[in-house]
Amino acid sequence: MRTLRLLLEKEFRQIFRDKGILPIIFVMPMIQLLIMPLAADFDVKNINLVVVDRDHSTYTQQMVTKIASSGYFHIKGYYTDYAPALHEIEREKADIILEIPAHFETDLVRENKAEVYLAADAINGTKAGLGSAYLNTILGDFNNEIRMKWLPAKATAAGTIDVTSSNWFNPNVNYRIYMVPGILVLLVTMVGGFISALNIVKEKEIGTIEQINVTPIKKWQFIIGKMVPFWVIGMVDFTLGLLLARFVYGIIPLGSLLLLYGFLSIYLVALLGFGLLISTYSNNQLQAMFVAFFFIMIFMLMSGLFVSVDNMPAWAKMIAQLTPVTHFIDVVRMIVLKGSRFEDIKMQFLYEIAFAIVLNGWAIWNYRKTA
Amino acid sequence: MDTVILQHVSKSYEKDVPPALQDVSFSVKKGELFGLIGPDGAGKSTIFRILTTLLLSDKGTATVAGYDVVKNYHEIRSCVGYMPGKFSLYQDLTIEENLHFFATLFGTTVEANYALIKDIYEQIAPFKNRRAGKLSGGMKQKLALCCALVHRPEVLFLDEPTTGVDAVSRKEFWEMLQRLKQEGITIVVSTPYMDEASLCERIALIQTGQILSIDTPANIIKAYPGKLYALTAQKVYLLLKDTRQYAGIAQCYAAGDSLHLSFKDEAKDHPASLLSWLESKGHKGVSIEEITPDIEDCFIAKTSIHE
Repeated sequence: MRTLRLLLEKEFRQIFRDKGILPIIFVMPMIQLLIMPLAADFDVKNINLVVVDRDHSTYTQQMVTKIASSGYFHIKGYYTDYAPALHEIEREKADIILEIPAHFETDLVRENKAEVYLAADAINGTKAGLGSAYLNTILGDFNNEIRMKWLPAKATAAGTIDVTSSNWFNPNVNYRIYMVPGILVLLVTMVGGFISALNIVKEKEIGTIEQINVTPIKKWQFIIGKMVPFWVIGMVDFTLGLLLARFVYGIIPLGSLLLLYGFLSIYLVALLGFGLLISTYSNNQLQAMFVAFFFIMIFMLMSGLFVSVDNMPAWAKMIAQLTPVTHFIDVVRMIVLKGSRFEDIKMQFLYEIAFAIVLNGWAIWNYRKTA
Repeated sequence: MDTVILQHVSKSYEKDVPPALQDVSFSVKKGELFGLIGPDGAGKSTIFRILTTLLLSDKGTATVAGYDVVKNYHEIRSCVGYMPGKFSLYQDLTIEENLHFFATLFGTTVEANYALIKDIYEQIAPFKNRRAGKLSGGMKQKLALCCALVHRPEVLFLDEPTTGVDAVSRKEFWEMLQRLKQEGITIVVSTPYMDEASLCERIALIQTGQILSIDTPANIIKAYPGKLYALTAQKVYLLLKDTRQYAGIAQCYAAGDSLHLSFKDEAKDHPASLLSWLESKGHKGVSIEEITPDIEDCFIAKTSIHE
């Protein structure tokens, strides 16, 4: 026990003495939590639209005014020919072209049917897709308005289905409320993953591990001595982030804090096991850094933070299930935003416990083998 | 029973490269100051790493203080002190913290064995609140020695403790070792400096993973084959080149400001004939005299036989 206390004392002393690592652990995640949710907004606004109007009629005028007043589009140009409009897209000045053919109004009145043409710059897929969808909705609306004018009597008889939806747990579909818990998980993961991956490698690199290995100290004592400080740091980081979410974004966890921290404590054990595993396979800090970076990158992109896991192909879903981060992001969102209870997150708990056992077991096995 | 025993120990790190150790056997008596003498890459550190249970040998057995390095490695770790060639204490902890840390890891306290390290520790005590990374080379080395001694080990392994240390500190260091020896601690020390060999009680000369000879420094010198001569002239470099041309020379190499040489056959070739040959080559102020060899001469003689 005395040995363990000494190891912890030494580890904390080293961390607090390192003027470079302290801000990295405590200040940088907070700054990121302040910046990222504000910047990472998936609502698509400011779509630049170019109109190619070959008709110049009252209807086209009305239509364009309606589009412009929706708030999503900036009308960037108004041409009579397609070529200059395409040129705007090539110059990255426009995202979507709306082409209104000649005789649009006449066709609409005479034949009761008219066509418009949409061309979207698909380099930015989200913008193109969502932009086209918005535009379609607006045009559909416009279409309905015209029909109402012409056929006031028949309009009700036509019986269109009107869909009304309400968003639960995030009534205004505020993107931040959804992102902040996820980003918080990511920051804890990065700090915990990197710091634990680098620390033991550092001892290898400097040679202190040799000096430790010739003492009668037990392997498990050394590993626990390494893990506990980082576990505490992870807890503190998460708490700071939660406070920031409370006071800056007004996000108050709906569910039980005890449950949230219970899950966090297991998640951190799994995460530190991951860091430890990397450090047992690496020979220097640079190697460990790159390997940790590679995996954390995968964790980030596959975790469902940016792209919903449900949309992924089956094989990608498998990978996502095999990263501890995915489950934790899930659980944090569920507990914080939905107020989920233990019964709702039982599966994730089991997953995380399995990760903790496998990663740590593997790390300790590999560490024993080498020394 | 001897404190340290190696029997037929071999170790190779990679295939296709010469092994680091080939069939090495030696033993160190209790309370002895034993030196491993050899150039860089001779295998000295590998021997230390096997004896301190950091490395497993491929073949052979070794015991330290009666414990087998494989089976009883845990007992060995409690009773040996190891100072690696590279400074490996915590650079971001102070002198005092490092010492306290290692004392506790060995389950003891600094106070319990203070008498043993007192002489050494007092020299660095004024800087005890300074971080180890900020110490000078000599002070780092003293701190490392303190940390290796803090649990009063039975055996002390010192891997090139004086490499990169100034001449005064080196002398002091060897004086410290003599005092530790009087405390009854068995010391195994390695060094690439041949002049330090004579400070050991017995030495093993090592070259490319093989032991060339083991004996007291005096006996090793006594066993020098043939006679050794020192040759001087005005232009030493030219002299070396020319002397090596002379047919009867077994070995000729620079040592300080003179050349050391030996003849293949004393009966046929003798100094006088070499002298006249050199003068005919145009060398001025040539003088030759017989000298007693030192360890370095013995080492060079051994390696040439070996080759």
